[in-house]
Amino acid sequence: MAVALKAGAKLKSAVCDTQLMVVKAPAGEYDIRCGGVEMLAGTATAPEGAQLDPAYAAGTLIGKRYVDPEEKVELLCTKAGQGSLALNGVAMDIKQAKQLPSSD
Amino acid sequence: MNIATILDMAAEAFGERTAVVSGATRMSYAELRAAAQRVAGAIRASQAAYAALLDVNSPAAPVAIFAAAYAGVPYVPLNYRLTQAEINALVERIAPAYLVTSTDYRALLEPRADIQVVDRAEFLDLPQSLAEGLPEPGDDPRAVAVQLFTSGTTGKPKAAILRHENLMSYIVGTVEFGAAEEDDAILVTVPPYHIAGISSVLSSTYACRRMVQLDGFDARTWLQACRGENVSNAFLVPTMLARIVDHLSEQGEGAALPALRAIAYGGGKMPLSAIQRAMSLFPRVDFTNAYGLTETSSTVAVLGPDEHRAAAASADPLVRKRLSSVGRPTGAVEIAIRDEDGKLLTANQPGLVFVRGSQVSGEYLALGSALDADGWFSTRDRGYLDEEGFLFLEGRADDVIVRGGENISPGEIEDVLLSHPAVADAAVVAVPDEQWGEGVGAAVVLKENAQASVAELQDLVKQRLRSSRVPQAIVFRESLPYNELGKVLRRVIRQEFAESVKV
Repeated sequence: MAVALKAGAKLKSAVCDTQLMVVKAPAGEYDIRCGGVEMLAGTATAPEGAQLDPAYAAGTLIGKRYVDPEEKVELLCTKAGQGSLALNGVAMDIKQAKQLPSSD
Repeated sequence: MNIATILDMAAEAFGERTAVVSGATRMSYAELRAAAQRVAGAIRASQAAYAALLDVNSPAAPVAIFAAAYAGVPYVPLNYRLTQAEINALVERIAPAYLVTSTDYRALLEPRADIQVVDRAEFLDLPQSLAEGLPEPGDDPRAVAVQLFTSGTTGKPKAAILRHENLMSYIVGTVEFGAAEEDDAILVTVPPYHIAGISSVLSSTYACRRMVQLDGFDARTWLQACRGENVSNAFLVPTMLARIVDHLSEQGEGAALPALRAIAYGGGKMPLSAIQRAMSLFPRVDFTNAYGLTETSSTVAVLGPDEHRAAAASADPLVRKRLSSVGRPTGAVEIAIRDEDGKLLTANQPGLVFVRGSQVSGEYLALGSALDADGWFSTRDRGYLDEEGFLFLEGRADDVIVRGGENISPGEIEDVLLSHPAVADAAVVAVPDEQWGEGVGAAVVLKENAQASVAELQDLVKQRLRSSRVPQAIVFRESLPYNELGKVLRRVIRQEFAESVKV
């Protein structure tokens, strides 16, 4: 089931500890999965028997920003987990950090 | 979206790492989160609409910022240097509020039933039971995270509001999570009620960097704290950096700060001579100039360490000049220069500086948004972008001298005056002039036992700039009036000139 991604919204993995925050996403419906299983918004709970798909078990890293190939959708990992992310069936990549000098 | 996430992430990934050091007090990121959650429980129980701080820098500042976010109320740090009447007028505007303070400032507050005043020591040591059952922090990106009363020169202070989405955009767009090394530490000397004091807490927490707090500034204490805590980073306003450089020169001591790697400065104009002296005194330190405003959630442009060194070493005058620029937009914002009619200007054409981006709030309580239809915010600073996008500031729009229709920026004349070996400080302002409408006036402070005549200084400006820039009036003063953050109070000098002309 596709969901709308609103900036600021939180998503939880149904099969691991991963938590995400939507940094940006153009309006529209998305199929966002972690560990191969649709992620949960708000207070939704995991469907019974949901299991981590070994094909999507590379893990997420806290503090990394995950993007689609066009970098239109950006999700911040606020809690790490075992699953890896896929948006509309395409694996998400870590956005390369830009090295800004510390200014404050 | 909630800035509480910043602390949640730091506590999750680096919970054992020291978050704050203040005198003998040390708190880890896990302890900082626990303290903030206890206070959040107390704020919720008090039914306050705001969480306020009236105090110098202490661990209570970061605790209060995040506690307000966990509790879902705006955080309002108040300027403890205001008069008693001003402080109480602001407190009235945020009632009902939960307000943390210390003994010195408590005495200034008129007791009110709708203000729950808590002492700092008690605030930092609330019972754990208060954190139990605390609901998840709200995730409405439009909720107000911070409200700052601006120091307006006339009328009632405006309440600038920064929403969670503004501050999160700033942090996520400019800081890499966990970027600090285990031993890194930043020395914080800006007061908690300043935007740089707030962005410093958020940036350091997201970078998982240890914050070393001083509750005031003098050069000797700053150097001691740097050495004692092996400080790697510091943020300073220009006058603080100048005082450190002066102190070291007077003592004839080398910097002797082997751990210090980076100094960021901002919050006012850095005289060219001051940054040049600082760079030669700290040759291995990375300097970063940051330009930002309260309404833009802090930094929007930076001149980085490589750009400092390239400018200082260049034979090309256009590249050398960039040492007095504030660098280029951070990438999280766009910057444009427009004329008074809103027309977009091209490279090297001076006009008004506009900023756009999701960190830009440009919004005041009860007054609404100051953004235009396309989301641009007018900073009211004048400046221009060079061909490569370096931003040069020429001062506040209100400070520009309009002499016979020609716009004259005080900064370039001040730089020339400061290059005279006898001049310690200088401020240039508009003075009333019958023929031209406005003319150029300069208040100059001479170095001890140094001499310079009015004619000599006028000649210097004429040679370096042009005749329209020559101050028609120059007064010598013992010192210039500054506010507590080292901004020169031009309006005071302007007023003195205006009054002397009337007589």
